Amino acid sequence: MRNALTIGTSLVLAIALAGCGATDSDTATASAKPAEKLPAPYPSTYKPYPGVATAIRNVTVFDGEGGRIDNGVVFMSGGKITSVGGADTPIPADIAVIDGTGKVVTPGIIDIHSHLGDYPTPSVEAHSDGNEATVPTTPEVWAEHSVWPQDPGFSRALANGGVTALQILPGSANLMGGRSVVLKNVYARTVQGMKFPGAPYGLKMACGENPKRVYGAKGRMPSTRMGNLAVNRQTWIKAQEYRKKRDSGKDFTRDVGMETLAGVLDGDITIQNHCYRADEMAIVLDMAKEFGYKVSTFHHAVESYKIADLLRDNNVCSAVWADWWGFKMEAYDAIPENAAILHNTGACVVIHSDDENQIQRLNQEAAKAQADGRRMGFSISDAEVIKWLTYNPAKALGIDKMTGSLKPGKMADLVLWNGNPLSVYSRPEKVWIDGALMFDSSDPKRRPVSDFELGQPGEGDVK
Amino acid sequence: MKRVSLRLSWAMLGVACAFAGSVAGNEANAETIAITGGKIVIGDGSAPIENGIVIVRDGSVVAAGTAVAVPVGARTIDASGKWVTPGVFAGFTRLGLSEVDAVNGTNDKSGGNSGFSAAIDIAPAIDPFRSPFAVNLSAVVTRAVVAPDVANSIFAGQGAIADLGADSDAVTKARAFQFAVFGEAGAANSGGSRAGNYLHFRAMLREAQDYAAGRDTFDDDLLKAEDAKALLAVLRGETRLLIHVEGANDMLRLIELKREFPVIKMVFVGATEGWRVAPQLAQAGIAVIASALNDLPATFEMLGATQSNIGRMKAAGVKVAIGMINDRDSHQLRYTTQYAGNLVSLQRVPGATGLSWDEAFAAVSSVPADIMGVGDRHGSLKSGKAADVVIWDGDPLELSSAPTTVIIDGVEQPLSNRQQRLRDRYARPTEGDLPKAYDR
Repeated sequence: MRNALTIGTSLVLAIALAGCGATDSDTATASAKPAEKLPAPYPSTYKPYPGVATAIRNVTVFDGEGGRIDNGVVFMSGGKITSVGGADTPIPADIAVIDGTGKVVTPGIIDIHSHLGDYPTPSVEAHSDGNEATVPTTPEVWAEHSVWPQDPGFSRALANGGVTALQILPGSANLMGGRSVVLKNVYARTVQGMKFPGAPYGLKMACGENPKRVYGAKGRMPSTRMGNLAVNRQTWIKAQEYRKKRDSGKDFTRDVGMETLAGVLDGDITIQNHCYRADEMAIVLDMAKEFGYKVSTFHHAVESYKIADLLRDNNVCSAVWADWWGFKMEAYDAIPENAAILHNTGACVVIHSDDENQIQRLNQEAAKAQADGRRMGFSISDAEVIKWLTYNPAKALGIDKMTGSLKPGKMADLVLWNGNPLSVYSRPEKVWIDGALMFDSSDPKRRPVSDFELGQPGEGDVK
Repeated sequence: MKRVSLRLSWAMLGVACAFAGSVAGNEANAETIAITGGKIVIGDGSAPIENGIVIVRDGSVVAAGTAVAVPVGARTIDASGKWVTPGVFAGFTRLGLSEVDAVNGTNDKSGGNSGFSAAIDIAPAIDPFRSPFAVNLSAVVTRAVVAPDVANSIFAGQGAIADLGADSDAVTKARAFQFAVFGEAGAANSGGSRAGNYLHFRAMLREAQDYAAGRDTFDDDLLKAEDAKALLAVLRGETRLLIHVEGANDMLRLIELKREFPVIKMVFVGATEGWRVAPQLAQAGIAVIASALNDLPATFEMLGATQSNIGRMKAAGVKVAIGMINDRDSHQLRYTTQYAGNLVSLQRVPGATGLSWDEAFAAVSSVPADIMGVGDRHGSLKSGKAADVVIWDGDPLELSSAPTTVIIDGVEQPLSNRQQRLRDRYARPTEGDLPKAYDR
């Protein structure tokens, strides 16, 4: 229910509360040398839960990379996909077998744009932790330090959306909003317990209306789109200088924000750039060339269809809604055929949510985008559309070697749907993460209940 | 809607081109249309009828079913392999009240600081030339409940029922209801406490009575004379009172208020925790226009949120329709059918309570029309109803389906909009011999 405008409200709250926890300095006093390879701080402590070797037979398989197998077999063991194939795929005798007649298996759904945990429900002021809207660039903040692992939204994303992994981003008040974190959608007592092992970090950046509105209202730069660019460029120059200093072999003072920006310039941290308008995306691509970094994905890219060829040629993904439009000026030219035109032009499409409700039906959003494409003459197969929700976001996040498709050796992150997931009438029946059954619609014991909901009305209810 | 064709204005807006020539003008409503061969959904909760016929004449449905004769001279539309239904009746919206939500000059949802509350009449602010009309018409919404948003009182003002026809007159029924808020929103607009919420409600109604009686005790600090007049219509049961309420306790307290003011025709909107008090709602005869898929504890008055809410209320005997309060309610009415389809999908989720397909379609057609008191004229394909008829290329609740023909008040509507123009311009994004600005 919270739309882009109420995110704006949260923003105002964030601003109002600024000063309560802000620090005067971003820099640490400890010095470090490039030769000292520091262990990554706040490391993942996620461990897959136990699973049993399981095969699903007689099932339609969408493998996440555009492949489809009718009457197929998916076999997982040891937390990994073991084999995927036709009806004759061998299955050991001593494993659990599920009849998938009339059902469909897909890789786990991946949402590349979520604020679960940093704008959790209940959506109260005390939970508004997604925008450090006190200065226009905050590459020093890390979304994981805001994530509340008890957000009830994780359970809905799992049970209704089949979401097995998701990127939690800072908000878009700032030009550089901070580091993102990729999570496994498995509840844990700590955010470290949810962190996707080995997933690269992302840097959230934002174009357009939000940064210039937030800081223009404070009477400071940026108050215009040209101001947005100027602040970004000045900051990238500092990052280049920092990187040079870091690599010089001499002592230097660590700077948490600059470490993130240098990580981007090193190619270790992906750029996840909120950007609605086509002309602004084109400018960002040139800024990336100016400073030598790569944009992974434009988020909320409602005008991507206007420059689909440019995005294809630059190998940039567009993370889009199916049909949101008109809620703000930079969303005015959004059209429901955005995804289909991108796909038809050969550009990368990701369907994202930015919403604790629509994360529960990304499959439905993709289905609408597919149908709108078909009506303009672009026929896109179901198997290709599933790629928008699985392999493409995995690739854009840099986790495609580990998850995102049903290939032997990959994490057994998958969903058994009770029908075609591109139909409104289908829901997840079972969801496995690393081969562990984490949701089973017919077993209330496999339905997670966060601490917040324990002892509350509707605890353990179907949601 | 008016019979006067406004094609010229639409063309000036650059919207309706392809259909402008084919859509008749003043005389269109007199046209007799026979829609043959389709799968007919009456919209009253009955099962679809295979290979049926719908006859439309003088803007109304004459007949719908199988044993129906096609009148001589009727224009026949072949709907073989398609579905034929009443248009979607969107149960709660802010349609036509904004073009771009975040651009203040185009946003008329709230009365802001006008100083008035209950007196506000949203009808003149409903602008059928705003693009959400054409976009949502393409998504088969033909009628919508349009409500003002609250500003600084628990009473937001008087809402209307609108049609989405491509003409200059959108309002089907002005001042169709009063809209009020209770619970967290009510408390926020009455001093910060629910106690103030209930006090304001009683006190303002009492003031309205004092005003009507010409008593000296009428206190215009609390209520302006215009507001008092509007509330009198509520007190006398002449107009419905739609109340946004989410939590179980607030619903119980409102049921008590209804005993105190038995003439008031209360309808609850939102009602996320309605299932927790479903028997009481049924007993009190309070109908509900509910958010269909709220399943998160977004606020502490929504702790019990579940997608089974509507199904459970329906099973308990509550009259319940689907609405979209504060859920992209000015632009995305296309979710109405998607939400209804989701309630059908719940039937296959163990432990969940959904709706049958027939019930789900009724929840977006006849039931909201009945709840709003216009069921005698709207919401289904029964004989005598306004001819809002949609022909679909597939199951109306399925994500892949879209309309091929939309008729409002017997007039076939253009299905072109600004989004389609952008789509067509950029179907092949690379520029050709001239800039894209020349491509139209």
